Amino acid sequence: MSVIGYGYAVWAPLIWIVVLVVIGVMVLVWRNRGQKGYKKGTAQTDIFLSGARVPPEEQRHVKSENIYWGFFESLKELYSGMMKPHTGIVNDYLLWLVGVLAIAILILVVAG
Amino acid sequence: MDFLVTNAPILIVALPLVAAFAIPLISLSRGGDRGRNVFSLAILGLIVFLVAILARDVHAVGIRVYTFGATAAELAIPHGYTVPVRIIFEVDGMSIFMGLVITIVALASLIYSLHFMKGQTGQARFYSLMFLLYAGMMGLAFTGDMFNLFVFLEIASIAGAALAAYRTNRADAVEGGFKYIVISAISALLVLFAIGILYAQYNVLSIAAIAHFMQHTTLDMIALGLLAIALVMKLAGVPLHMWAPDTYTVAPAGTTPMILAASYTSMYALYRVTFTLYGGLINTTTIGWIVIIVGVLSMFIGVMMAVHQTDIKRMMAYHAISQGGYMLLGVGVGLAVITNPAALANYGRDAMNGGIFHIINHVFYKALLFMTAEAIFFRIGTRDTNKMGGLARNMKWTAAFYVIGALAISGIPPFNGFASKLLIYETVLKFSPVLSVIAMFVSLVTLASFTKVFYAAFTGPELPAYKKVKEVPKSMIIGMSILAAFIIFFGIFPGLIVNTIVAPATNALIDQAGYINAVMGAVP
Amino acid sequence: MENIADNFPFVASALLLAVAFYIVIFRKNLIKLIMGIAMMASGVNLFIVALGYRTGGNAPIYTDVPPGPMVLSVPQALTLTSIVINVAVLALMLTMVIHTYRNTGDIDSEKSRKLKG
Repeated sequence: MSVIGYGYAVWAPLIWIVVLVVIGVMVLVWRNRGQKGYKKGTAQTDIFLSGARVPPEEQRHVKSENIYWGFFESLKELYSGMMKPHTGIVNDYLLWLVGVLAIAILILVVAG
Repeated sequence: MDFLVTNAPILIVALPLVAAFAIPLISLSRGGDRGRNVFSLAILGLIVFLVAILARDVHAVGIRVYTFGATAAELAIPHGYTVPVRIIFEVDGMSIFMGLVITIVALASLIYSLHFMKGQTGQARFYSLMFLLYAGMMGLAFTGDMFNLFVFLEIASIAGAALAAYRTNRADAVEGGFKYIVISAISALLVLFAIGILYAQYNVLSIAAIAHFMQHTTLDMIALGLLAIALVMKLAGVPLHMWAPDTYTVAPAGTTPMILAASYTSMYALYRVTFTLYGGLINTTTIGWIVIIVGVLSMFIGVMMAVHQTDIKRMMAYHAISQGGYMLLGVGVGLAVITNPAALANYGRDAMNGGIFHIINHVFYKALLFMTAEAIFFRIGTRDTNKMGGLARNMKWTAAFYVIGALAISGIPPFNGFASKLLIYETVLKFSPVLSVIAMFVSLVTLASFTKVFYAAFTGPELPAYKKVKEVPKSMIIGMSILAAFIIFFGIFPGLIVNTIVAPATNALIDQAGYINAVMGAVP
Repeated sequence: MENIADNFPFVASALLLAVAFYIVIFRKNLIKLIMGIAMMASGVNLFIVALGYRTGGNAPIYTDVPPGPMVLSVPQALTLTSIVINVAVLALMLTMVIHTYRNTGDIDSEKSRKLKG
């Protein structure tokens, strides 16, 4: 009942659950074997940047607009082309509607 | 019990309508807020029960017809007539599937809203509109005649637009609501125009009767174009999707999943029109390919726009468009090969299973994601991901639910998104390998964009501005955990869901004759 | 449709629809856009009501029916329903335009726009 089989392979999620539980247990065991003898709130838990001054929190966090910068930079032309129709003006939405309607009716009437 | 099952279709639509108008009155009384919340939950609980027994009945017995004003509910055609003249509700596997989707979403939205709305003004109208929207969607799913399709489409649009513009003091909220009502009004008028064309030729309004008499003339094809494109606009298929990000972004949290469900109810109407109303078409390949092309464009452009967004809800709204493409792709493949029995048995039926299964999966995880986004908005007052950071430190539940939703939408096993996407990938591969590759690529970009937002919003150092941020209240967590539980359950038992509720829906769509006979059976 | 005059209502509704679509696409003023939608609704209503006309038919309002066939009143019922629904839609749109004006000080669809991209 938890299995859907189609095409090349059978997808049985229960096996996956078992695998995930095993991995989870391994991670927990691994984690518990870690070093416990450190003192909280001392220099032992501070961030260490090769001796350089650690910047404040706001500057340490990578903002959303900077993530995947290279991806957007290389696809700049695609994005400028895609932004052009997304004007946000309600009249333009209706123009698209009329255009697509005309094309669809033409196709349906001609090709039946 | 028999009486309840017989009258369930009308009760499911009538009860929320009554509740919608009773709620403002109850709120006026002393201690009204509490009374109203209890009343709303009680009514919705009753409706959930009715939907459950109706679903059992439809799956066990078959199509259930409810005729308004007839001596017996099954008497669709009065004595001495050869065509149905009364208003009919016709509930088959696909209708009850949509009913289940809408009801579960409504339940989660209502519970989530109980705390979310606390202390805001206009709560009575808010719950009133929620029930109105629910009634409109259920009516749209159950209706058996074309004119009520228009009426319920408009009811759902009016309630949805009013809910989207609920925060009337914010300029963007009013704008989103206005765009929604404008495009809804115009697409509903196009639907009405198409209904006029059909009525002019066949002099009947019942879907089954029109399908029975359908001649596929040029006028019918024009009507099909009007209906299909108007409904594609309502379900936000590219290139008619631009209203969706605006509206989904501004709607208050509890209502965004409801408006999303309203879009998928329009998708149901599109399937009903293409499969049932025009089902006997000799050549369904054309309309099938139109659906497939809209689907592929939605997938690709939706996801490419989504990865670019900085507003968290706007990003999710573009993903809603992109995931809608998967459903259109799956069902469109089924539609394109429906006249070819070998291909239908080989992959068409499973492609449709995948597409329809994806509706319920997507509504669940996208509702969950919208709720987590609004939980963040509830606590920090902004939707801009550039201003977020380190939120997982204080909002652990929200972060966990976000991860569940993000993994599900990206199609990572063992969550539910993977099960339906696997069906779609494998079947579409047999139909056209290129489309399957595009579908997989889109999933990849989906994961990338959700990782981006997870990194920006939840991880990183604890920002000074958000040191005092608290976890959201319990009612909101319960609303989200209902959806998360469904996601995990559907992910672990996909076979069960596909066999019990999805396959009957697919069969109902393919079995056009069954739908017609349920109403026209008495005709010699 | 033996008489060309029989087609006048359909021509009129087609003209109404064409003008209405022109307005909703090219007029940026939101009030004018709403007027366009009202015209579109009128065009569709006129189309449906014109479908219901039968030459020589009796209106279905008599107890003692005069000789001749009686018309089925479905298109009229549809039109009434559609008019009522459109009143609700137009009222909601107008309230939203009032709120837009209060919030942004403008009712131009381009200048009052906050959401794009």
